[in-house]
Amino acid sequence: MANNHYDAIVVGSGISGGWAAKELAEKGLKVLMLERGRNIEHIKDYTNAFYEAWDYPHRGIATEQMRQENPILAREYTLNEMTAGMWATHKDHPYTEVKRFDWFRGYHVGGRSLLWGRQSYRWNAEDFTANQREGVAVDWPIRYDDLAPWYDYVEKFAGIAGTKEGLDVLPDGQFLPPVPLNIVEKDVAKRIEKAFKGTRHMIHSRTANITQPMPEQNRVGCQYRNKCWLGCPFGGYFSTQSSTLPAAMSTGNLTVRPFSIVTQVLYDKNTKRARGVEVLDAETNQTYEYTSKIVFVNASSLNSTWILMNSATDIWEGGLGSSSGELGHNVMDHHLSVGASGEVEGYDDKYYSGRRPCGFYIPRFRNWGGEKRDYLRGFGYQGSASRGNWQNNVAELGFGADLKQALTEPGGWSIGMTGFGEILPNHLNKVTLDKTKKDKWGLPVLSMDAELQENEVRMRKDMMQDAMDILTAAGVKNVHGWNNDSPIGKGIHEMGTARMGRDPRSSVLNAFNQVWDAPNVFVTDGACMTSASCVNPSLTYMALTARAASYAVEELKKGNL
Amino acid sequence: MQRRELLKMIMAATGVAMVGNSAFAYVLKSPVPLTDTVFNQGDVDLFNDIAERILPRTDTPGAKDANVGLMALILANDCYSKTERDAFIVGFNSINTQCQARFGKGFSSLSISEQNAFLQDLGQAASVYNKKQDLYYLSTAPFDKNRDSTDPTPHYFTLIKQLTIFTFFTSKVGATEALRYEAIPGKYNGELDYKKGDRAWAT
Repeated sequence: MANNHYDAIVVGSGISGGWAAKELAEKGLKVLMLERGRNIEHIKDYTNAFYEAWDYPHRGIATEQMRQENPILAREYTLNEMTAGMWATHKDHPYTEVKRFDWFRGYHVGGRSLLWGRQSYRWNAEDFTANQREGVAVDWPIRYDDLAPWYDYVEKFAGIAGTKEGLDVLPDGQFLPPVPLNIVEKDVAKRIEKAFKGTRHMIHSRTANITQPMPEQNRVGCQYRNKCWLGCPFGGYFSTQSSTLPAAMSTGNLTVRPFSIVTQVLYDKNTKRARGVEVLDAETNQTYEYTSKIVFVNASSLNSTWILMNSATDIWEGGLGSSSGELGHNVMDHHLSVGASGEVEGYDDKYYSGRRPCGFYIPRFRNWGGEKRDYLRGFGYQGSASRGNWQNNVAELGFGADLKQALTEPGGWSIGMTGFGEILPNHLNKVTLDKTKKDKWGLPVLSMDAELQENEVRMRKDMMQDAMDILTAAGVKNVHGWNNDSPIGKGIHEMGTARMGRDPRSSVLNAFNQVWDAPNVFVTDGACMTSASCVNPSLTYMALTARAASYAVEELKKGNL
Repeated sequence: MQRRELLKMIMAATGVAMVGNSAFAYVLKSPVPLTDTVFNQGDVDLFNDIAERILPRTDTPGAKDANVGLMALILANDCYSKTERDAFIVGFNSINTQCQARFGKGFSSLSISEQNAFLQDLGQAASVYNKKQDLYYLSTAPFDKNRDSTDPTPHYFTLIKQLTIFTFFTSKVGATEALRYEAIPGKYNGELDYKKGDRAWAT
């Protein structure tokens, strides 16, 4: 069928899929974007965007029935009335846990770009060389300088608020004005600077919330409501809907097809190229073929790998890209749920107004500048300072007018922060196809077999102790630390399983994210990551995607694909 | 920027007039009917009477003004674990029985000073009970307990207090009249001057 052919197919509509669609469509390609879930229209479908607690049947809290029905979402903040329906459910989308794996997915147009935490940091130069220097996994096939211009490019369009700090460990970028720190954070930052003689820094979060309107994108800007996860009618944060999708649509070159589960990349063994994809319509269960010159796989890390595993199995039993022996291996995430908090004395005459979408950031300082710990790599912290409110402990306050008065006033200041640590790529940490279990479409599910290894466990000791030491050094009182379970997936930063590399015998993708065994197939979401850094990964996916898309179009023009 | 200007910008930018729809037209009712719970209107009235002593009307509205009883019982019915719910129901149902035994009438018929005396003793009993179970940290938010936690359930009066505080300050009345609320702050000021007595932000 003629209308089933496009220049490019993009599988997935989240952060990286949106970028792929925009870049390819703007360069003149006719693009089909396939999304497995339903459509969500910008603004119109953000039905809860103006709701407050009192607008929800249970004030926003998950009911016991919701918890029983969604035991995996109930493990985290992911289960509540505000975002009900946005996170994919285990019931409809099961997977197998050989080891506990928290997998939180957004199956709708926009994917997790509507639900993400928006923290946006560049990788540093060492993040790209550490594997090689330390003999871990394989070397990245690219360096920071390869990606730097693409960071510039995506930051300007996405809109990243932040400050230039001149730190090698956290390269500066193209920033909008920062989301302000409050007075306590500013003072604590100064005390940290002094106590650690300029080796540790508390800086503004870098966040994909726009602090200046972007009229060219119809984005009004952040209104400091802190309701980002509900979809923002003001276009205050970067999402597919607010940014890349309208840009792609305005070219007239993009077609979006929701309810389209891509079941495999169709591989032509004569040309050694993909010729398109097979789609299962999630509503009708009909199967369709769509053909194209190039395919961008941006289905989210583990789902992109799932698609590859189900593709070209007549040639390679383990699927497209499995000839490397690494497809499905080296699952990474960031480990967290470790940090510290305490109370800040004074500042009783200061408060704040507005609800920020972020707080402060402390960039990595361990194993940096010649230091050597008993583990590799490092971690950063995210946190904030605030005054207490009615939710604080007042168990002893009795009842009556005094209690009410106490609860209606802000309490003392406290400050807390949580670590985000790097997880090393490890062949042992893997996902495989579980063919014994099928979802409601009869498709095999993924089986997760990954856990923190020694390096991460050792790092976590520092992550807690350093957090306590930093706060204590800054004069924070009653500091207490925590170090709780951090199963893989909990960070919602799944990475790896189809890594980039320099050698087809040990990597799935080359330096431009092309599958070695099918060069017109590009994987530019988290699956491609060769290592994980300790900074939030989405900005890097954006940059890698824009770079790969530019390369793909050039190669198409040259007739190489 | 004024909200009106913002709305104009949204409309100009998107062609969608979405602000000012029913989301702002708050009506004090719950989509969960009381009949879907094990509780009845008498329970709501009793809860409201107890809650009014915990968070009374002062120069700002109190628990009864926010009709916290209805939402508190819906939450106890739907959001508590079975253990919590059972503990709550047994305790809550015992209140009128205890008042009958002590005063010869139900809680709602007591004078305010009798109600206060009764709750004072109940609060003492709760404190002793909780300490005996090593429950020292008790949040005013009833649902932040780790669901896998094996911590014992607090005394039912503690549950009543938690439900009262939570449902009051998350109600529109409590959030916007007892606390400060701004739907669209528009900016963040991290150095706002504060003087004792100024109210906290609702959210």
